[in-house]
Amino acid sequence: MLTVKEIYKEYDALPLLNGLSFEVAQGELVCLLGSSGSGKSTMLRIIAGLEEPASGRIFWNGQDITQLPAHQRGFGLMFQDYALFPHKSVAENIAFGLRMAHTPKEEIDQIVRQSLESIRMLSFSDRPVTELSGGEQQRVALARALAPDPRLLMLDEPLGALDHNLRTELINELRQRLHASQKPVIYVTHDQEEAFALADRLLLLHEGRLIQEGSPEEVFRRPANAWVASFLGLGNLIPAARAKNGQIETEIGTLALPTSSCPETLHQGEQFSLLLRPEDAQLGLPAQENALSIQAQVLDCIFFRDYFRIEVTIKDQSLIIYSQQAFQPGKEIFVHWSEEDILCLPN
Amino acid sequence: MKRSKITTWLFWLIPLVFLAVFFYQPLLNIFRLVFSDRFNQGWQFFSLETLLRPLLFTLWQAFLSTVLTLVIGLPAAYLFAKFDFPGRKGLRALSLLPFILPTVVVATAFNTLLGPRGWLNLILMDLFNLSNPPLSLLNSLPGILLAHVFYNTSIVIRLVENSLTRLNPHFEEAARALGANPWRVFREVSLPLLMPSILSATLLVFLFDFTSFGVVLMLGGPQYATLEVEIYNQAMNRFNLPMASLLSIIQLAVTLLITSLQNRISTPRYGKAALSAESKTRVKAKTRLEKLYVAVSVILLLILFVAPILSLVSRSLITMEAERGERGEIETGFTLRYYTELFQNRSGSVFYANPLAAIRNSLVFSLLTMLIASALGLLSAYALAGSGRLTRFLEPLFMLPLGASAVILGLGFLISFNRAVWVGGHFPILIPIAHSLIALPFVVRTILPAIRSIPASLREAAQSMGANPWRVFREVDLPILLRAIIVSLAFSFTISLGEFGASSFLSSAQTPTIPTLIFRYISLPGALNYGQALAMSTLLLITSTAGSLLIEKIRFPGEELF
Repeated sequence: MLTVKEIYKEYDALPLLNGLSFEVAQGELVCLLGSSGSGKSTMLRIIAGLEEPASGRIFWNGQDITQLPAHQRGFGLMFQDYALFPHKSVAENIAFGLRMAHTPKEEIDQIVRQSLESIRMLSFSDRPVTELSGGEQQRVALARALAPDPRLLMLDEPLGALDHNLRTELINELRQRLHASQKPVIYVTHDQEEAFALADRLLLLHEGRLIQEGSPEEVFRRPANAWVASFLGLGNLIPAARAKNGQIETEIGTLALPTSSCPETLHQGEQFSLLLRPEDAQLGLPAQENALSIQAQVLDCIFFRDYFRIEVTIKDQSLIIYSQQAFQPGKEIFVHWSEEDILCLPN
Repeated sequence: MKRSKITTWLFWLIPLVFLAVFFYQPLLNIFRLVFSDRFNQGWQFFSLETLLRPLLFTLWQAFLSTVLTLVIGLPAAYLFAKFDFPGRKGLRALSLLPFILPTVVVATAFNTLLGPRGWLNLILMDLFNLSNPPLSLLNSLPGILLAHVFYNTSIVIRLVENSLTRLNPHFEEAARALGANPWRVFREVSLPLLMPSILSATLLVFLFDFTSFGVVLMLGGPQYATLEVEIYNQAMNRFNLPMASLLSIIQLAVTLLITSLQNRISTPRYGKAALSAESKTRVKAKTRLEKLYVAVSVILLLILFVAPILSLVSRSLITMEAERGERGEIETGFTLRYYTELFQNRSGSVFYANPLAAIRNSLVFSLLTMLIASALGLLSAYALAGSGRLTRFLEPLFMLPLGASAVILGLGFLISFNRAVWVGGHFPILIPIAHSLIALPFVVRTILPAIRSIPASLREAAQSMGANPWRVFREVDLPILLRAIIVSLAFSFTISLGEFGASSFLSSAQTPTIPTLIFRYISLPGALNYGQALAMSTLLLITSTAGSLLIEKIRFPGEELF
């Protein structure tokens, strides 16, 4: 089990990692999700031993490995650019880690063979890696990282160099292979689609801090704050404050406090945000009282897969809603969100 | 972490110590000599006029040579960039050949073309039945200029053709779409974008013409001396080391000025946007004017580049005994005697200054240079590839020797190690060291980009798979650098084999190198001496060509070496 404790790191005198702590259990796939500059790749490099933290410690099964050189850690690492050795063939690349571990020659050959078979690339064995397509390189890079049977596997944006179609195609394959390996995996990405499809547990990083951790579903259903909701693109975020009468005031309307969603900790007068998901928007006037109801003008209406993505405007605020029904721009419509669909999020 | 810091220091330390002892110390001694008492003794045999004359002549001939080189080089660059014609590749390779030729080879080649025993005079004598050579181009300014043009046109072609072909065609197309006629397109778009490379080529050519030594020494005769030749004369013929030192300082100052100017200009002003990665396609000449342009350029270039080389090779294979005695009849015929004679040890002693000894010396020196320069270059390149504060601080110390002139190096060695016990009055040990210093910049420039081309992730991947630092170097760096290292070996070997400037100071009569012996033999009377000089030059020509072909073949494409 990997334990990361209070890791700090600076880059160009600016804090990059601000006391990051987390754990990765046996067989667990953890995704470090964050925008570029959030420090996620640096965190990975510190775990791999390629960089030293300014302070903090890394433990493996309780043993402090912070000072252990990278080549003695036995952690597999797959790079975004794959870092396949251009002067070695496909088989030689996969065999590299095994050779470093002084595995007997016959055993190496056998493992390389199995590994190539599992990615259906046995016939590529002697090809130079420079002749492989992006997807093939990705497969070989993963096979190379897995071949020496690492104690922990880390992947740094492994699909980042591929185009969108190939990426969706490879996510499923990657998911199956990673789960089949039964290894603890740390997967770094800025792409939430990847993260949500792969992760057992998500760690959301922002400015070197852990903002939220949980299963994809938990994170999706209950984002910890407005930043998470905005980063994940969960929907419209409306600035809001609690008024004296216990109601919530926003620029687009007032609603009675939904007790289920807004914690009492949001003090009177405090600024926070309401999350209004486009898919929860209902047309027409609300039947019950505890709802946020608005009358807005349609700005734009775009057909998107099996619904219409409608941009409406009210009091200089622009909102996105999804609807089965199309509307002409300029038309005034009624939209409301029920109390249980509204989330209050700290800023 | 700590161990890697020690290795970093070692990377710096070894080349730095070498440079301190063999570059900075000699340079310092040259300066010290000028400001010492001995300088006044030297000054008594000197005057301001003898100081200014070589300086002014150096500048004047460099100016003329540069203008002439541009006049030929720019149209040639345009020819190679724009047009496709039969034999284009061959002619281009041929036009780049002179750059790698040793100065003695070029000088002897022009001797066989223009000299009193050269083809031009022999043909004229035969045609008009003259008893004396009618043209005296040898000890004249035109001879020097021609050789310089032959030498440096390749630089203009390389630099300007490169930016011409890579000039993003969209700029010209955009200008045309905006209503500019072809002339306006050229003046307002193409020319400004090409100007940095043209200026850069101009200054580089000027620098090479300014520091020209072997060509001027062998083609200029006594009355035409550039600064470097005058340094040689003062040091080797008049034994006036203080004066030679003063001239060296002047030479260094001007060289530094030109180099700093060149550095300022060659920093790209427009970024990568102006140059596209892929090259434009060339077209066949269509209009009559274009066809004429191609035909005339090709013929002129062929004459310029083929004539001297062909003349050298043919003259080394044909005996002409006319000049020997009063025999009026010229005996001509094909012969290999000049070559076979090279390998005869007539004196029976290995130490006698015969061609055989020179060949043996040159090979030994070249092999040593190859090893020293490549090893030092590899260490220096690793030191320079770092990005720490140490690198930024020490980098200039490595870059300064790049502008070092071989002649000044030779003089510095002469002054510094004159009485050193370990040299014992002779300098053979110092020759490969001097050659290594001359080859070092080329080696660094070959290896450094290769080191920088290795993505950090390759080393990190190896590390994460369990490779210790030494294994990482052996498994990742070394195989990737192999090509660059082979190129460096070939480079330093060929540079050493043809090096003349420093060798002319350091090789004694007992330890000649091929170039110094060529220099000695070509000025001696007698057809056999002349022929042997030509035979040795031809052999040098062949090895240099082979070396550069090897280098061209295996080096990474897209690297410029000067």
